[in-house]
Amino acid sequence: MAILGLPEEEYFARGHRACAGCGAAIAVRIITKAAGRNSILIESTGCIEVVSTPYPETAWRLPWIHGAFENPAAIASGICAALKAMGKEDEINVVALGGDGSTYDIGFGHISGAFERGHNFTFICYDNEAYMNTGIQRSGATPYGAATTTSPAGKISIGKEIWKKNLAQILADHGSPYVATASIGYLTDAYRKIKKAIETKGPTFVNLLSTCPTGWRSSTEKSIEIARLAVETGVYPLYEIIEGRHLINRPKDVSDLKPVEDYLKMQGRFRHLFRPEKNEKAINFIREKVKSNLELLIEHAQKNL
Amino acid sequence: MAKQIMEASHAIAEAVKMVKPAVIAAYPITPQTHIVERLSDFIADGELDSEYIRVESEFGAISACLGASATGTRAYTATCSQGLALMNEVLFIVSGMRLPVCMTVVNRALSAPISIWNDHQDSISARDVGWIQMYAETSQECYDLTLMQFKISEDHRVLTPSMVCLDGFTLSHVYEPVDIPTQEQVDKFLPRYKPYHAILDPEQPMTLGPIGFPSEYMEIRKSQIDAIENSLRIIEDVYNEFSDSFPVGIKRARPERYWHTEGYHLEDAEIVFIAMGSVCGTIKVVIDELRKKGERVGLLKLITYRPFPRQAIKDALKGVEKVAVLEKAVSPGADGPIYCELSSLFYGSEDGPELRDFIIGIGGRDVRLDHIKKIYEMAKEGKGEKQEWVF
Repeated sequence: MAILGLPEEEYFARGHRACAGCGAAIAVRIITKAAGRNSILIESTGCIEVVSTPYPETAWRLPWIHGAFENPAAIASGICAALKAMGKEDEINVVALGGDGSTYDIGFGHISGAFERGHNFTFICYDNEAYMNTGIQRSGATPYGAATTTSPAGKISIGKEIWKKNLAQILADHGSPYVATASIGYLTDAYRKIKKAIETKGPTFVNLLSTCPTGWRSSTEKSIEIARLAVETGVYPLYEIIEGRHLINRPKDVSDLKPVEDYLKMQGRFRHLFRPEKNEKAINFIREKVKSNLELLIEHAQKNL
Repeated sequence: MAKQIMEASHAIAEAVKMVKPAVIAAYPITPQTHIVERLSDFIADGELDSEYIRVESEFGAISACLGASATGTRAYTATCSQGLALMNEVLFIVSGMRLPVCMTVVNRALSAPISIWNDHQDSISARDVGWIQMYAETSQECYDLTLMQFKISEDHRVLTPSMVCLDGFTLSHVYEPVDIPTQEQVDKFLPRYKPYHAILDPEQPMTLGPIGFPSEYMEIRKSQIDAIENSLRIIEDVYNEFSDSFPVGIKRARPERYWHTEGYHLEDAEIVFIAMGSVCGTIKVVIDELRKKGERVGLLKLITYRPFPRQAIKDALKGVEKVAVLEKAVSPGADGPIYCELSSLFYGSEDGPELRDFIIGIGGRDVRLDHIKKIYEMAKEGKGEKQEWVF
């Protein structure tokens, strides 16, 4: 039976080796449903690659290729060119997937190159905000204040002290016709955006926030709830940038946000912000920055920028 | 067949044009640029119908070739030096996935200090990446080996990527006569590429590039190594077929018949030089001079370097007393790579030659006739250290 109005077909089979409560596995299930049968998937090295392809088993019912950590966008470029040479570029969707380490950091130059050249493909980042496969090290997508194994909270540190890179805007500024942020907390919204990204001709991007209970130190049954709270608190707003113009999905009003503490408190990676006593300075900084970022997005959307 | 005076880089571009790769992905680097510029011209003029991806780096170039080849099309790239070093990680992945990507390496020294000039350190450092390597002496060989590399790599018994290597500037930018066959002849020699194995196709979903646990990795790796070892025989078939299909048009522009090695005055030679690439031309001139003086000297040119043609070298050096290896690369803290491999080849054999190692032409240093003559004297008289740098 179709759930949430999504296609019933499953292209990411059960029996893979992802952790309980893995947001990325949910992300991939939605991505493959949106992509459909006529698709080629390219994957970076990372959690999903490892848990889904223990040779000679595979969880993929679509053609799937993994090369290296940094090159899914470059491999996708070659696939797009080959399909063009074969006269099949309008028949087959090319969808590249990377974790945030691949997307924000090591593979960023190749994504930039592929977007500049304008290949007809979609890049989707399953963003779990750190290098989870290697054991929770900080990436360019790790949020301010989060403790990771390479940005631990300590006597003189609050964890990562740099704000997350705004990759959606950077890729929109490449001239991409469609960029969106999505969360596994809103599956139908994520499905719609991925489908729209794939159907839009040219290089398109979706950043898909994907809870990682192992790395975020959260309860496995709370993955969806946390991914919703990220949006409801304004920490991770959902928006689209269509032909360079911003469209806010939610939240649409800064006065309507849930307290950021509600989001932070559910995750062990932010525990040091509350114990032994509450770190008002850091939490205030997060609250204000979240608010001002959202105000800017809303302003862009209102001015049709 | 049509004889033309052309730059070696342009001879390679001409071969690539006639091979008609579906996808070319390349990034500019001196002295490889003349190849990719000429290919761009062909495309701009509608003479070549390839998808040319102007990638953001050599890492992107080889990754795009990986993707294009996995989609079932013929893919080509060219690079050198820093560019080849940047590709290094993906070179292993392409060969491990058994994708028949073809590449030209215009040999150039590695930084630091930065140098745009020739030696063999770049491709020799990529000796263990699981690619076939062949070295050209002349523009004609550049053209011929480029045609042959596609046929070798794409053979379903081989399915191993290949590099054709030529010396930067000293060959790449030199004009020589080249005999170019007709498109019809080329098409007959090299049919359209048909992938036999891994391919990305929604009609037939496959998983390419999975994780291999210790329980499987070793078997997969062994099958790859077996394939490159076995490719020796297929390379021989291709050398033979090429030599039959394309008779020599220009005297001394290439071996009469292609083989892993080319012998020059080996018949009664007591001292034999071993070398690869354009320096072999210089060595041949010196041999002609020495022969006039009655010296029994010859040259064994290596064309196939990976797989290492052990038997062909042993056969060619039968009865030879002294061998002087001339090489444009070193393994810091150890010996020259070709010297090492010959030592290993002859270890334990009672009639193996005495080996000497001469490091020449590093970072584009000229190798003149006098250098070769000096090396000959040193080898003949047994003077100097086991490894000598001659410059």
